[in-house]
Amino acid sequence: MNDSVSGIGARVLRREDFRFVKGRGKYVDDIVLPRQAYAAIVRSPHAHATINGIDSGEAEQMPGVVQVLTAKDFEAFGGLPCGWLVNNQDGSPMVEPKHPILAEGKVRHVGDPVAVVIANSRNEARDAAEAVMVDYGDLPAVVDMRSAIDNPTALVHDDATDNLCFDWVLGDKAEVDAAFANAAHVTTLEFTNNRLSPNAMEPRCAIGDYDQSNDHHTLYTTSQNPHVIRLLMGAFVLSIPEHKLRVYSPDVGGGFGSKIYHYAEEAIVTVASKLLGRPVKWTSERTEAFISDAHGRDHVTTAQLAMDENGKFLALKAETLANMGAYLSTFAPCVPTYLHATLLAGQYKTPLIYCNVRAVFTNTVPVDAYRGAGRPEATYLLERIIDKAAREIGIDQAEIRRRNFIQPDEFPYQTPVALVYDTGNYEATLSAALNASGYEGFAERKADAKARGKLRGIGLSCYIEACGIAPSQVVGSLGARAGLYEAGTIRVNPTGSISVLTGSHSHGQGHETTFAQVVAEQLGQPIENIDIVHGDTARIPFGMGTYGSRSIAVGGTAIVKAVDKIIAKGKKIAAHLMEASADDVVFENGTFKVTGTDKEVDFGTVALTAYVPHNFPFEELEPGLEETAFYDPANFTYPAGSYVCEVEVDPETGIVEICSMHASDDFGNVINPMIVEGQVHGGLVQGIGQALLEQAIYDENGQLLTASYNDYAMPRADDVPSFTVDHQVTACTHNPLGVKGCGEAGAIGSPPAVINAVVDALSEYGVDHIEMPATPRKIWRAIQAAKQ
Amino acid sequence: MPSVSMTVNGQAVSADVDGRSLLSEFIREHLALTGTHVGCDTSQCGACVILVNGEAAKSCTMLALQADGCDITTIEGLAPGDDLHPMQEAFREHHGLQCGFCTPGMIMSAVDLVNRNANPTEAEIRKGLEGNICRCTGYHNIVKAVAAGAAGMRA
Repeated sequence: MNDSVSGIGARVLRREDFRFVKGRGKYVDDIVLPRQAYAAIVRSPHAHATINGIDSGEAEQMPGVVQVLTAKDFEAFGGLPCGWLVNNQDGSPMVEPKHPILAEGKVRHVGDPVAVVIANSRNEARDAAEAVMVDYGDLPAVVDMRSAIDNPTALVHDDATDNLCFDWVLGDKAEVDAAFANAAHVTTLEFTNNRLSPNAMEPRCAIGDYDQSNDHHTLYTTSQNPHVIRLLMGAFVLSIPEHKLRVYSPDVGGGFGSKIYHYAEEAIVTVASKLLGRPVKWTSERTEAFISDAHGRDHVTTAQLAMDENGKFLALKAETLANMGAYLSTFAPCVPTYLHATLLAGQYKTPLIYCNVRAVFTNTVPVDAYRGAGRPEATYLLERIIDKAAREIGIDQAEIRRRNFIQPDEFPYQTPVALVYDTGNYEATLSAALNASGYEGFAERKADAKARGKLRGIGLSCYIEACGIAPSQVVGSLGARAGLYEAGTIRVNPTGSISVLTGSHSHGQGHETTFAQVVAEQLGQPIENIDIVHGDTARIPFGMGTYGSRSIAVGGTAIVKAVDKIIAKGKKIAAHLMEASADDVVFENGTFKVTGTDKEVDFGTVALTAYVPHNFPFEELEPGLEETAFYDPANFTYPAGSYVCEVEVDPETGIVEICSMHASDDFGNVINPMIVEGQVHGGLVQGIGQALLEQAIYDENGQLLTASYNDYAMPRADDVPSFTVDHQVTACTHNPLGVKGCGEAGAIGSPPAVINAVVDALSEYGVDHIEMPATPRKIWRAIQAAKQ
Repeated sequence: MPSVSMTVNGQAVSADVDGRSLLSEFIREHLALTGTHVGCDTSQCGACVILVNGEAAKSCTMLALQADGCDITTIEGLAPGDDLHPMQEAFREHHGLQCGFCTPGMIMSAVDLVNRNANPTEAEIRKGLEGNICRCTGYHNIVKAVAAGAAGMRA
């Protein structure tokens, strides 16, 4: 960190905010193209049914209707691809059923798209969609995961017998069982990790725009990764080569994972625009989002922790059922496996770990990565079972963690679950969190609460995550069907202004500020002269997008590598201008200097010389000053931290009030602390939402009961407190900025901290677990049950 | 189609509209004032909040026809040109936004809140913003921004 007003470590106000506070953001639904038509999707009201016939006759006669499309209009195209192959424990591949653009012969979840009505206006399209008559033949719905595989009443896909997508393991079961046999104490925890709806505030939107004059498609879409959509939709679904397809994602109103995936509507508007010869727009409504955006989490798990007589962890065993929903979404198979089981070492030296994950098809919306993606599930498992274990054997919550921490001098640390942590200091974040939250003085506050008739509890959570995804060779060997590098281009323009083209995508993260800070510092240029360009395959060479807290660690590093190339070329140009050897030229604060002399030439002169090369070293250089770098990380990054939550429970009502919450995180070096703190705050509230409020609930018929904001409890301003946060720093060892990523930590670390605090508050009633979301009703019932 | 007339951001506008057009649709699609956002279909999220005769209203809960004769202010009309209203400045200054989607409605609600209570406490701010959902910020910096915006509006 330094004192610079705009460089690395400075709290630079966000450059994107002026347009947003003025109402000048440009989101996809704000785009209106000439002759634009509107699509409305006819969706299945049934969880599971055959499609016996579709009668669109009446709809086609309605005012403004241009065309009605059904599955037969998409026969020439492929299904929506899954980007990750997971193998069963016997080595055979997972079952990978077709995910058609529009349902073929059968619908598999409420919201499954069946037909598309295109009309001249939004309301005309909606009206006509109501008039499309679909003859459904009801089938029994598969909803509960355990009965889906143990006692199936129906098959979601005929080729997935027992509704099983895969049965995967990590670790050696025999070794783990042997360790359990010799353990002094075994703690067991059965729990569900609740199903969530991501709920970015901007509903998804897509516009297809086909240009007949050159056979070129443009797709405007609310995506976190437009190049990935171009690849998936172009190569696998519609057979449109990259040079004939532009994907543009301008301002995007939040993602949280839900806008990573390639969705049917993107293919629908692309196909429809060519068919109709005019742009076609689809905008999701909120209820439509609940039944068509991929959901998150939804695990049912049994975990066991074996310890010696001193509370040292000997082995961990986990058996998980993971809901895939009705179809495999883009990254679904890797979330409960490689993003979950590989994190089960946490911050601890557990020598043996075994995890079995069975992925289950159900008649529900597809489930995929949602903020944290697998890592919140792992953290919740570990931090809840450690909490329970500490209570059972009578060790303090902090102490049991300290006894098992990987120590600062033990890095790099090879875990038993494949990962190698490069660096960390877990005692530092734990101490900071305990001090900031007044852990020592808790008993006094508990007594005070008791005098007021309240139950006060304190909970800890020490999380780790694997971010900066990902080394392509590693993920390739684990089943990823793509590389996970990033690309960055520095275009120095003739007058010295700088365009930075990045394959990362900002949908709230503030890249236009953070990335500009990095370039400003490294090139010694004013931040005003730097523009960050993202979200457009027509302007940016390539990219894998933003998810998994990867933008600064991977995208930022690609930019740094491109900056290095610019400086290297600039030195040669400067050397020529100063009649010196390039080896003697140094670049400092935006000026090229010959060491040991007073000769210097500024960045602007070098830029101008590159484009007006009247005096230029043509024998060794091309004119121009633009460089691209692709960066593939050597390892994941491992942000870690400790969170402390303090709650008060009203025993009469079961209502939980969060009294305080402190987050101590180690994200490595921090570029813009203001933005990083904002990411933590947002993550904390998403985690609190999971712990106390949110759940996507299906009834036994597969109807989603929580498909609006009247029914799905989003955290609101008066549900949560203000927070305190701090940063401890161990710099990442394998990227030049020493950064780790901060986007998901809050949502990963907070759910177990909250639930541990609630359980602590209820401990006098002998309650040792409460399921998320810990609603007043659940808590009240637990108290009543304990009283009897 | 019936016609409707109103004043929007100081300008008189009139148009023929489909009787069922929501005020939010009229603002976004007829007037191309796309700063007013639509984030839900149950009047819960507050992304579409505007001022109707000086008071906050969710523009998705009103028909365009119901605004006949009204004086409407949208986020675009809160401050002239490139100026920032004290509440807009406070959101920028305190990092009270991330993706920006809920922001216009949040700012309009905050302005209305401060119009009714010039010096709100944190609890009053949190209660007052109950009708606006933000998924990004965790509200922490929004609360700080509204307190600062209130101070700015008092100044």
